[in-house]
Amino acid sequence: MFDASLSELADALAARRLSSLELTRLFLDRIAGPGAALNAFITVDPELSLAQARASDRRIAAGEAGPLTGIPVAHKDIFVAEGWPSTCGSRMLANFASPYDAHVIERFNAAGAVILGKTNMDEFAMGSSSESSWFGAVRNPWDAERVPGGSSGGSAAAVAARLAPAATGSDTGGSIRQPAALSGVCGLKPTYGVVSRYGMIAFASSLDQGGPFARSAADLAVLMNVMAGFDPRDSTSLERPAEDYARDLARPLKGLRVGVPAEYFGAGLAPEVGSAVEAAIAALERLGATRVDVHLPNAGLSVPAYYVIAPAEASSNLSRYDGVRYGYRAAQYDGLVDMYCRTRAEGFGPEVKRRILVGTYVLSHGYYDAYYLKAQKIRRLIARDFAEAFARCDVIAGPTTPTAAFRLGEKVEDPVQMYLNDIYTVAANLAGLPALSVPCGFVRGRAMPFPRTRPGAKVACRSGSSSSATTSPRRGCSASRTSTSRRPTGTSACRRFLGEGLRA
Amino acid sequence: MSLTLPEVMRIAALARIAVTPAEAAGVQAQLNGILGLLEQIDAVDTAGVEPMYHARDVTLRLRADEVTEPDRRTAFQAVAPRSRTACISCRRS
Repeated sequence: MFDASLSELADALAARRLSSLELTRLFLDRIAGPGAALNAFITVDPELSLAQARASDRRIAAGEAGPLTGIPVAHKDIFVAEGWPSTCGSRMLANFASPYDAHVIERFNAAGAVILGKTNMDEFAMGSSSESSWFGAVRNPWDAERVPGGSSGGSAAAVAARLAPAATGSDTGGSIRQPAALSGVCGLKPTYGVVSRYGMIAFASSLDQGGPFARSAADLAVLMNVMAGFDPRDSTSLERPAEDYARDLARPLKGLRVGVPAEYFGAGLAPEVGSAVEAAIAALERLGATRVDVHLPNAGLSVPAYYVIAPAEASSNLSRYDGVRYGYRAAQYDGLVDMYCRTRAEGFGPEVKRRILVGTYVLSHGYYDAYYLKAQKIRRLIARDFAEAFARCDVIAGPTTPTAAFRLGEKVEDPVQMYLNDIYTVAANLAGLPALSVPCGFVRGRAMPFPRTRPGAKVACRSGSSSSATTSPRRGCSASRTSTSRRPTGTSACRRFLGEGLRA
Repeated sequence: MSLTLPEVMRIAALARIAVTPAEAAGVQAQLNGILGLLEQIDAVDTAGVEPMYHARDVTLRLRADEVTEPDRRTAFQAVAPRSRTACISCRRS
């Protein structure tokens, strides 16, 4: 049951072979038992989850079930949910219980999905290792001495370790794709504006985007069909008709032009990751796709541009945490300004404070043009590079991260090294493009999954097979392959296809 | 460029984050390391390039000037660190 796809679970629930209550209990037991050592969850509340499961069972009995009714889904603790603590991994919000639901939570609740718990994450989604959480580091299910990636590391670890059938995350500079890659699961960052940011605690608003984690692209499509949709309460929500992200799952790859940027295969990329990604691209070609060499000449500038823009927006967004209206307030202070300063010094962790300080600096008088304005111009150059590349190809394929998962503590004291881990992911956020990470192999001698990512102008899932290839911590090395596509019509589609499993 | 200690303390004050003298040198070293990374953008010729402030070049939507939210003062006040009658409160010291 732990390896079942979302459609298999839905079938079992519909056929009454299994109740939502039983299914939810199975996963809750697994979280509390073997999963506890991973620290993947910040909050689990069996009473709340089981009440939802009972309601879903009644809905199924009444014949009113949808594809996710009765299925437990874990949510990154960046999505606020009424009745649940919503901490964003921070001491600042450690005791915050939201009086309202995020749009994403509303959509899952309306679909009858069960909230399985709130997953651990880097504090305020700032990090690439899920080590900066006030609630302790998350561990990689494949190797507990290594990070699961971040910032949505709890969601990635939960899906990889079969603690949840699926999960949600958020991606500002790679926070869905990078942990998906390092944990060996599938993760999708949708086009900016497709998933509402309402109730998703803000980090960098021009980049933040919610998205799903699952073990296959078909499951991602099921989740996207629930998560995506216009929301008038998010001023940047895309107003366009609802679409079926699963509609192209069976579409063959023949004719698909896969762009391969030389810049993504240069210095800094671990050879074993590069060769696994190359092998995966070769598999795409065998399935009918055409390889096209493309160039993203400004790719190397994406990290410095991102680490100007994201901290600048964060310094503004996080100014709301002042100890007055909600969240943590320092116990001792002398005057209002001292209360702000102590509250923020005590309530935020070191990485959040660093980014607020960097953001404050790059926005300050005399430095705005040199840093912030310049970075926004470079962002335009990066977006233009993608537009030119997509004139020649439908998708772009490359590695998600330069290496497989690194050791806990390895980069904590060196923020620059941590930031450089985002080299292949941040450009998609800067350009607003969708991007997907799917597993494509493992490091030899260690069960560390390889990462691969594909940004595309529009996302869709397409499958060449009705069977499902997944990665399993127990079974080892099978791989699913997924691609994103850009369609001349401008409609979104999500593609999934299966090749033979890659053996490391 | 590198930040001096007084500049670090000035930025911390602007950001409303207390930095103790014991922490200051460490914060300075890490910020200067990060700024070293960011300075790569200096060398890029961006003459004539329009800044891209958002992931999508769209105009923000306006909504009708109508009351749409119900009064949930009690719920929103309940999450404040301290509140008194109809107000969120904060002692001066």
